[in-house]
Amino acid sequence: MRVLLLALRRLAASLPTLLIVLIGLFLLLQLAPGDTVDALVAQIGGGDPRMIEELRRYYGLDVSVAVQLGRYVWRLLQLDLGFSAIYGKPVADVILERLPTTLLLMGSALSFAFAAGMALGVLAAQRVNRWPDTLISTLGLIFYATPSFWFGLMGIVIFAVNLGWLPAGGIEEIGAGYTGFRRFLDIAWHLLLPTLTLALIFLATYLRIMRASMLEVMNLEFVRTARAKGLSPGRVISAHVLRNALLPMVTLIGLQAGTMLGGSVVVESVFALPGLGRLAYESVVQRDLNTLLGIVFVSALLVIVVNFLVDLLYARLDPRIVG
Amino acid sequence: MRAVLSIRNLTVALPAGADRPHALEDVSLDLKADEILCVVGESGSGKSMTAGAILGLLPEGVSAQSGEILLEGEDLLRFSDADMRMIRGARIGMIFQEPMTALNPLRTIGDQIAEMFRTHTDLGSSEIMKRVLDLLRDVHIPDPESARRAYPHELSGGQRQRAMIAMALALEPRVLIADEPTTALDVTTQAQILKLIRELQQRKGTAVLFITHDFGVVAEIADRVAVMQSGRVVEEGRADEILNRPQHPYTKALIAAVPPLVPPAPQVVASEPILRIEHVSKTYRKGGLLARNRRVTHAVQDANLVLPRGGTLGIVGESGSGKSTLARCIVRLLDPDTGSIRLGDTDLASLSRKEMRSETRRIQMVFQDPFASLNPRRRAGELVAQGPIIHGEAPSKAYAKAKELFALVGLDPSATERYPHEFSGGQRQRIGLARALALEPEVLVADEPVSALDVSVQAQVLRLLADLRSRLGLSMVFITHDLRVAAQICDRIAVMKSGGVVEEGTTAEVFAAPRHPYTQALLASVPGRDWMPPVQADALLAAS
Repeated sequence: MRVLLLALRRLAASLPTLLIVLIGLFLLLQLAPGDTVDALVAQIGGGDPRMIEELRRYYGLDVSVAVQLGRYVWRLLQLDLGFSAIYGKPVADVILERLPTTLLLMGSALSFAFAAGMALGVLAAQRVNRWPDTLISTLGLIFYATPSFWFGLMGIVIFAVNLGWLPAGGIEEIGAGYTGFRRFLDIAWHLLLPTLTLALIFLATYLRIMRASMLEVMNLEFVRTARAKGLSPGRVISAHVLRNALLPMVTLIGLQAGTMLGGSVVVESVFALPGLGRLAYESVVQRDLNTLLGIVFVSALLVIVVNFLVDLLYARLDPRIVG
Repeated sequence: MRAVLSIRNLTVALPAGADRPHALEDVSLDLKADEILCVVGESGSGKSMTAGAILGLLPEGVSAQSGEILLEGEDLLRFSDADMRMIRGARIGMIFQEPMTALNPLRTIGDQIAEMFRTHTDLGSSEIMKRVLDLLRDVHIPDPESARRAYPHELSGGQRQRAMIAMALALEPRVLIADEPTTALDVTTQAQILKLIRELQQRKGTAVLFITHDFGVVAEIADRVAVMQSGRVVEEGRADEILNRPQHPYTKALIAAVPPLVPPAPQVVASEPILRIEHVSKTYRKGGLLARNRRVTHAVQDANLVLPRGGTLGIVGESGSGKSTLARCIVRLLDPDTGSIRLGDTDLASLSRKEMRSETRRIQMVFQDPFASLNPRRRAGELVAQGPIIHGEAPSKAYAKAKELFALVGLDPSATERYPHEFSGGQRQRIGLARALALEPEVLVADEPVSALDVSVQAQVLRLLADLRSRLGLSMVFITHDLRVAAQICDRIAVMKSGGVVEEGTTAEVFAAPRHPYTQALLASVPGRDWMPPVQADALLAAS
């Protein structure tokens, strides 16, 4: 009941966020020179002014910005993302084709960064200021300071080109026609390098937060109580420290979901993955306003959903949160 | 009777670079079955270190150097860490000071008590649950069944401490170590917890090592007393011996610093009021979209008080009684909802923020925590001079005055160049006082100014306050939860409960003949109320 109430309140609070993001972006894109019709006309190598006028009317670009915005929001309310002039099909279809790849990449990178960051953080905190801690912290700093495209490229050079162990790009073997479990393995094999590349940067953050948070909790009084109860060091960590130390980590997931979407643009480009990030980049270049707005809508939705889940998880973990 | 736990010539070394080489030096103590041994001392005396050494839970870098700790004949210092884990909890139980932080906030009370059984016994879960309920019943928690399922934050401070005690006694250990178990509690709750510890100790014949800084608590609960100073046991003996016929000069000084519960002869105070608090109310509201989520707390309700010029008005009450809220309303750190606060002819409550800023020099506040209330990145002199400079004084003059004030509050004037962390707690409270006095206020509002201090330092600061009052003709509102302190320093006392003033009168009247049942309960809860400190404590206010 408590958690349900909290959930409803969070959901209500996220609706204005969504609206502000969309309207803001719509107006921002109006500032950029040129529109879809300009891009289309440029692609087909020019056209006469009458045809351009026709196209503008066809795509609804001939009316004022306010009316365009009104129409767009009205269509959104009916869950209609509009039509992409560049791809020649509904935006929803374009996005749905690309969404699974991005979700898969983000999900696996997030899980890996979280799990590995947590494990390394615990390890570092337990041996604080001794060599394992120094080693882990230094590694974390290196991961954090290195741009992800460089990691990606080096990964490709070493593991795909020189060693030939992993594929250089793509989401699966095209034309192999694998099905079922074989296909799953194939995709996992293809995603290994992109996931690691995307995860390494975030791993560093998780590691540092987990280490700091463990050190803080280990100094709290209830940990002393636990030791005075006669628990073994391992039990003290697993039964008392870990869950308390995880609270800031969980908050971080919500914050990083958005950053990760941004990071996936780079990674998808490096590994030629057909995902949302690359789609966003292409639509900017092609002035495909509808597709871009659709992507932002879906991304914002994604971030809101992740944060919503994080809030629920947090409320489950911490009984002090009230709805 | 043979001792259950005996410490022989224990010396514990501190890491190099500490302020002294040994945390404990040549400490010997005997704890017999079925008795309560109080270890008394001020902060830094090594009393908590003794508890840590017994349990083998010393801080990193600190270790026992020589001596032995015999638990029923076995030397615990020779035990491996795995062996010590069998001792902790099972044969030696421990209760800590802060029941809020000593329990894991994310796990239920029942789960945390059950952990004792899961760690040390092979009992099945239904048997464990039954035992947990029995334990909670033993410590008289109201509604044990729901307390078992509650999280720590859902219980009051006293209930949490009861749960801690239930946990410490779960496996019926021979020895119970209680490290300041009632210091963080309100006085009425403290009385109940002391009674509970005594009751359980007698019923189970446990040997209790009770660590405290409070001689009132010692008088209430101890069979025997050991007094510690800088890592050494300076005096040990039967409770009535130590309390009434102390031999060692340090014990004598400590006991002399305990304020007696009997107020001194009242001083003559002008009847002309300087501060009148009329119908002041403050309500905290917690929002919420739905009406049922809203919470309204009446922190202060229709308070009416008068402070005579040159007098000291004590406001006493337990936590949540609204005394600190009232203090903050008086200096307008909070805005009261209704009522007026008349300082001379000015109604502070009706001033705008801007007008109030210029009036702040007439009324100043001293805060409770001498560690948190001074900006650590500013020099002490700057902190004192800041107020006058803001009110238009020339900086050079303000700094000269800061030096004078340092001398006035008993600090070295050259110390103005130092940073707050270079001072001790008592010295910091003196800086706080100098800061408040720098603006030459007509009224000083002191919010628990001595609660965070050791008893001997507390006596010094109280003496200083009394001295300043007579020299500067200061009028003071003095907020405290400690009735002993109130008895010594206040001319009038107002007792607050749940936001309302339930009783107000001269200190002598209130202490001799309390009218309101709550005042009576408060006075009856003061630990060691029947014990009159033998060394006449008139030294406390002698300087005035």
